Amino acid sequence: MSFLFYAGGVVALISTLLVILQTNVVHALIYLVLSLLAVAVVFFSLGAPFVALLEAIVYAGAIMVLFLFVVMMLNLGQTTREQEKAWLPTKVWFVPVVLATILLIGLLSSFPVNSIEVAEVGVMEVSGLLFGPYVLAVELASFLLLAGLISAYHLAKSR
Amino acid sequence: MYTIPFEHGLLLASALFALGLVGVTTRRNIVFVLMSLEIMLNATGLVFVVGSSRWGHADGQVMFLMILTLAAAEVAVGLALIIQLYRRFKTVDIDVLSQLKG
Repeated sequence: MSFLFYAGGVVALISTLLVILQTNVVHALIYLVLSLLAVAVVFFSLGAPFVALLEAIVYAGAIMVLFLFVVMMLNLGQTTREQEKAWLPTKVWFVPVVLATILLIGLLSSFPVNSIEVAEVGVMEVSGLLFGPYVLAVELASFLLLAGLISAYHLAKSR
Repeated sequence: MYTIPFEHGLLLASALFALGLVGVTTRRNIVFVLMSLEIMLNATGLVFVVGSSRWGHADGQVMFLMILTLAAAEVAVGLALIIQLYRRFKTVDIDVLSQLKG
């Protein structure tokens, strides 16, 4: 099962890297969906099945479809792709990547290791907390969503 | 029962966060910037879930649900702003937004 964690982690890292290197927005979105699904697998391997399902349904399902709709509405074509290529030449990112890799190697070699005994924290515990001590936070979250809905409607309205 | 090193979870989250940060700072297409913000929020949620798994509490997962809600609201407003920007300036280049400064 710890194999699941590492496989999910590697897929998430590679697909996220591909997201920020893409020039076509739709391809980047598909890689982002892959990355979110991989993170959902990581959640599952960490013993959080409820959160893993929500990640797959809400993040990869709902939020990314919203993105896709807007990208299709904007209809960004070939010119944008060429613009993107011109904005990100190799010489811009090469040196920072090398320097950051040195920092990463330093970080990796200095880690102490504490291990997690993975035990499943299931839906019962989470929902018990959601409707117990965190009930006010849930209400506030619903207010936030309402505010988001209204402001998105107002902003996207053509006048 | 199996074990996963705690630091490996944190390392994965920080790597994802760093990739998101690189995306925010280097891309000039505003759709990519919003996508990178999503990556960063997701990495933050991953830290909460790793912590929840480390101490066997469900509180971290509740916090992840809050982050999920925040991300949904943020994306809705952000995409509406992108639509407005595209409608007015016919571009997704965020450098055009520097016209907004006073």
